[in-house]
Amino acid sequence: MQRATDEPPTDEPPTMDMDTRRRTTGDRAEGESASVVENKTPVPAVSFHNVSKRFGDVHAVDNVSLDIQDGEFFSMLGPSGSGKTTCLRLIAGFEQPTSGSIRLHGIEAAGLPPFERDVNTVFQDYALFPHMSVLENVAYGLMIKKVPRRERLKTANEMLDLVRLPGMGQRKPSQLSGGQRQRVALARSLVNHPRVLLLDEPLGALDFKLREQMQIELKSIQKQVGITFVYVTHDQQEALTMSDRLVVFNLGRIEQLGTPSDIYERPATEFVAGFVGVSNLVSGPLAEQMSGVSGTFSIRPEKIHLAAASAAVQPGYCCVQGSVRDVVYLGMYTRYLVDVDGGGDLTVVEQNLHTTSMNVLAAKGNRVSLLWAREHMRLVGSETGDQRTANYSIGQGQSEHG
Amino acid sequence: MSQTTLTQAPLPERSHKETRSLVQRLATFLYGHPRLVTALLLAPPLLSFIVLYLGSLVALLIQSFFHLDNFTGRVVREFTFQTYADLLSPANMDIVLRTAGMAAMVTVADALLAFPLAYFMARYASPRVRMLLTLGVVMPLWASYIVRVYSWKLILAKEGIIGWFFAQTGLTGLLDGILGLPVIGGPSLSVSPLGAFIAFTYVWLPYMVLPIVAALERVPGSLIEASGDLGANSRQTFRHVILPLAFPGVVAGSIFTFSLTLGDFVVPGALGNSSLFIGQAVLAYQGTSGNIPLAAAFAVVPIVIMAVYLLLARRLGAFDAF
Repeated sequence: MQRATDEPPTDEPPTMDMDTRRRTTGDRAEGESASVVENKTPVPAVSFHNVSKRFGDVHAVDNVSLDIQDGEFFSMLGPSGSGKTTCLRLIAGFEQPTSGSIRLHGIEAAGLPPFERDVNTVFQDYALFPHMSVLENVAYGLMIKKVPRRERLKTANEMLDLVRLPGMGQRKPSQLSGGQRQRVALARSLVNHPRVLLLDEPLGALDFKLREQMQIELKSIQKQVGITFVYVTHDQQEALTMSDRLVVFNLGRIEQLGTPSDIYERPATEFVAGFVGVSNLVSGPLAEQMSGVSGTFSIRPEKIHLAAASAAVQPGYCCVQGSVRDVVYLGMYTRYLVDVDGGGDLTVVEQNLHTTSMNVLAAKGNRVSLLWAREHMRLVGSETGDQRTANYSIGQGQSEHG
Repeated sequence: MSQTTLTQAPLPERSHKETRSLVQRLATFLYGHPRLVTALLLAPPLLSFIVLYLGSLVALLIQSFFHLDNFTGRVVREFTFQTYADLLSPANMDIVLRTAGMAAMVTVADALLAFPLAYFMARYASPRVRMLLTLGVVMPLWASYIVRVYSWKLILAKEGIIGWFFAQTGLTGLLDGILGLPVIGGPSLSVSPLGAFIAFTYVWLPYMVLPIVAALERVPGSLIEASGDLGANSRQTFRHVILPLAFPGVVAGSIFTFSLTLGDFVVPGALGNSSLFIGQAVLAYQGTSGNIPLAAAFAVVPIVIMAVYLLLARRLGAFDAF
């Protein structure tokens, strides 16, 4: 398996101090970066102002405005076709916006080709040059800058150490595993010391264990090099794990922008509640019965407690009665689907702290009370409609590994 | 519910032994013996390849080590290097070098013409435009090669459209100046190495375009984006990424243009001056003068040149990406 070829993260990667960065950065104006640091209101690394991108009739990006701060780990999360990759390509310069303005460190980027932007990209398919060795791949950016051969190979070797691929320089990309190629792609894009690194679903092709390991490593590399990371992913868990802040895209528009805990605990829209994690969306009469206000609410399955039908209700708690329609035993936890009296159903997740599979599976058909603190109900929409539950496949996919 | 109906439906009564035809039994037998199937499939092409193709090549090689007795006019079937010594005579080396030089020029010209077209077809053309262009490149191959070469004779003749064009634009002096040049010139375009070069370049162009298109189509767009992303401008990306990856296609195309020119006798016969090419020499020696050994030795020359060329191409890393 992949695991065998990629060493687990046992030792600390070689550190890269500020001096090394300065030296290898070479011709970049020192004053420029210094002024950014000293400035009281720092200039955003990337700034979108009313940016739209159309492909024919398709609005890939629709009037998006956002600021990405310098040194931030920023994720763009959304389903495929939501515009997140287009946003990344707009920053890289592979696409030009139809309207609006993009500023990179305060400088208007419109019309700048990719090779004149201080931005590098890790591609989804890695895009390693097949006719070059790993070392030549990593040194490519320095070769283009006409850094002398000896110096650029030395720097490239340092980068390979940073991504834990020492001694792999002479191999061809085709001789590496997926995880190793991913690291080479990372090293290659970091060698120029860009001020912003763009990552386009870089872990998408890796298996689950390796992906988890790379998430941790990416985060630690980002801390070491101190570069702004803009990370595109459709994996909500990845975005929540790694990001300082993230933005959720849908249909070319921003649904919500915030810290991982903001997004998870206070989803602003029905879409975010459903896409990030698993949510029960409740609306209609049931919502009114529970909260007294009409609208659509989201409740996380893990916030709901399953109790005996006669359980007492503490103040500040909501309670509905129902019967267990289905029980799915998932090892670490159990998912219950409960038919609520008065229509609709709710998904409840409980950890198997004291229960065994025999206990939980026997619960099928039981009458139960569902209890949750009122504060965990989030109003995500005021339009009235039928009660719905939204279980997105991501949450379920996760549980299969757990 | 559908399951129950399925199981309840009566199974068709089938006694295997009786209803199985010979064909069915053969199919079952072959299914159980995949190696036999491979052998049966490969036998005809391998047989024709080994016996007809390699066999005749070996026969050719053997012939080239015989020699012609100049007094009797008969082929002496004894091993000797005398024929190869004849081949190295100044007159014959002249033919070899002229042909190889022409083949090299034609190959370079075709590569230069084909690359931009192939690049456009592979990277920028819409599927529809690409189909039309491919058709346009391939269509001349549908017409007879002899007819196309002789149409070039008409185009290039003194009274042809090119001569007319130069006359109309008052540039006849320029054309005469070009034709007055040594080595490439001649009395008219249709009787000059330059004319043969133009016709060669035209007839072999499709064989250069198609392999380059195929090679360029295999270069993922993300590689070109990655190169630009890492700071390379278009020229640098072309030099360091596109060209190395398209190089196998250029080599494949040049194998066609080079070897086809080396062996051709129609174009120099129709458009050249009286100086011979390898193809013409082979034709003349094996036909009129009956010197089959020397004809065979001449035929070995392109094989040797191509072998050396391919070794060089591999040394240059033409096939590294694969």
